[in-house]
Amino acid sequence: MQREADLASHSAEEPTRRDFIVIAAQAFAGVGAALALWPFIHQMNPDASTQALASTEVDLSPVKEGQAITVVWRGKPVFIRNRTPEEIKKAVEVKVSDLSDGSARNDDLPDRAPATDANRTKKGHENWIVLVGICTHLGCIPKGQGLNDARGDFGGWFCPCHGSHYDTAGRIRKGPAPRNLEVPPYGFTSDTKIKIG
Amino acid sequence: MANHESTYRPTSSIGKWMDARLPVARIMHAQFVDFPTPRNINYLWTTGGLLTFFLGVQIATGVVLAMHYAPTAADAFNTVEHIRRDVNFGWLMRNLHAVGASMFFLAVYIHIARGLYYGSYKAPREVLWIIGVVILLLMMATAFMGYSLPWGQMSFWAVTVITNLFSSIDSIVPGLGTRIVQWLWGGFSVSGTTLTRFFSLHYLLPFVIAGAVGLHIWALHVAGQNNPTGLEIKTASDSVPMSPFAVMKDIFALSVFGLLFAWFVFFLPDYLGHPDNYIEANPLSTPPHIVPEWYFLPYYAILRAIPNKLMGVIAMFSSILLLVFIPWLDTSRVRSAKYRPIYKWFFWLFIISVVALGYLGSKPPEGAYVVWARVFTAYYFLHFLVIMPIVGVTENPAPLPRSITESVLGKGAAPAREAAPLGR
Repeated sequence: MQREADLASHSAEEPTRRDFIVIAAQAFAGVGAALALWPFIHQMNPDASTQALASTEVDLSPVKEGQAITVVWRGKPVFIRNRTPEEIKKAVEVKVSDLSDGSARNDDLPDRAPATDANRTKKGHENWIVLVGICTHLGCIPKGQGLNDARGDFGGWFCPCHGSHYDTAGRIRKGPAPRNLEVPPYGFTSDTKIKIG
Repeated sequence: MANHESTYRPTSSIGKWMDARLPVARIMHAQFVDFPTPRNINYLWTTGGLLTFFLGVQIATGVVLAMHYAPTAADAFNTVEHIRRDVNFGWLMRNLHAVGASMFFLAVYIHIARGLYYGSYKAPREVLWIIGVVILLLMMATAFMGYSLPWGQMSFWAVTVITNLFSSIDSIVPGLGTRIVQWLWGGFSVSGTTLTRFFSLHYLLPFVIAGAVGLHIWALHVAGQNNPTGLEIKTASDSVPMSPFAVMKDIFALSVFGLLFAWFVFFLPDYLGHPDNYIEANPLSTPPHIVPEWYFLPYYAILRAIPNKLMGVIAMFSSILLLVFIPWLDTSRVRSAKYRPIYKWFFWLFIISVVALGYLGSKPPEGAYVVWARVFTAYYFLHFLVIMPIVGVTENPAPLPRSITESVLGKGAAPAREAAPLGR
């Protein structure tokens, strides 16, 4: 009895080898359980077959001035518009300080690039605007690709879901959307062909 | 309450043998046959039974529908039509399931409003109430994923809009919101991959709900049922056995509610849905006006009332999570609003606000609709955060009856005993 009391008071005062082993084993089991969880979480991320569809080539030659086409890239609609000189002029004249989102949102440029029309298009191909056609508010597809579509107050695109207006460079000008339409990573492989992604 | 003595007496030898080994019958008898039920509960107290019934209906019809449904982008829309046209009684199963979801929410909203009016969230029923909020959240998740399964235009765009709510996290941690959304989708947009995982979870969650309902009933049977007076059961004359009194009342209420259910199932199966959902999902075209199912409209109105995306999302989720804190936001000494002459009016103002938000959620987000949505959203939050704590302290409650028996039979009939406001 005396010895048990000694052991009890002993263990209460300072850690023993057994305490150390217990804590180490618990920590080991805890880390193991957390690691075992990862495959169950990661299986939900985009799979290899989805990742494989990451780039799309588009022939722009049939798209005349003032026309627009929508192509699919990674399951998302991409707006390509051959802008008229007036539309380009309207987009160039806007001061960046007047925009609610001043960032270019161009995947080919750093985050801090300002949202000028030049930063939203490719040099030498300023008539072409290429945008991910998904409203940055809650993911609807804005109107403005069709000839008879509403294009909003700024002549670009208009999202009917919650009333966001985009200008001819796809920049948010009015409504709840927080960001400009995203410019996907793309490049001209020839004068009339682009590769997105 | 939970430890009240069961009057169960096994008579057969098999019954006695079983009772000594696994006394399930004894527990069921104690909890659902001779369980003491307040003698004054009204028809609003039948909603718990209704909800249990609808959970059963949804699971039974859902299991059957899953036998004929294929959760892939190519087949989902067609198999739902196949169920409606070709499968024997498929039209009935599908209508019961789709309308059942609406009835389930109708019953749960009445159930919650009853709890709010009669102060059923107050001590000692806080945990019971919080489990109820958890069940509501699980129901919402289940209904949302279930609505994606017919793979019509509304299904597809509702999934797109609601999953995109998480992308608002991008404005706190850049990139994190997008990562979460892509993880939910299993791709770079909503696709058949998303549909398949939603089907898996839609099948799982009702059983999680059933587990939570078990805990809800357990907590209810520990504290005992509240009643219109908000008083506790103090003497034997305050209560009646659950069976047959409460059980028969539940069955009668179920029959009446069942008429409404059947009316929709047989005559208006699509009334509560949206015609755009009979157009197959098209990722390249958004319907001009996206609306959720009617039971989500008030929250949708709150989301759109706030011009900032992140704040809108936070307000929407807070409107439900706020319910968890009600037991501590209500400072009144009296449970039931029946004896709260001032709070009573605020309660009805709150109900009007929620109904108005539901109406505004179905309207396009422009002009006066947005202004009114902001007014009612403001009241929704003020009601809980300001009115409840202040009115609870300042108001002078009406005199309470001395006991449940007295409230039913009048003065003098009750055994003379002092009644404390919270019965403790």
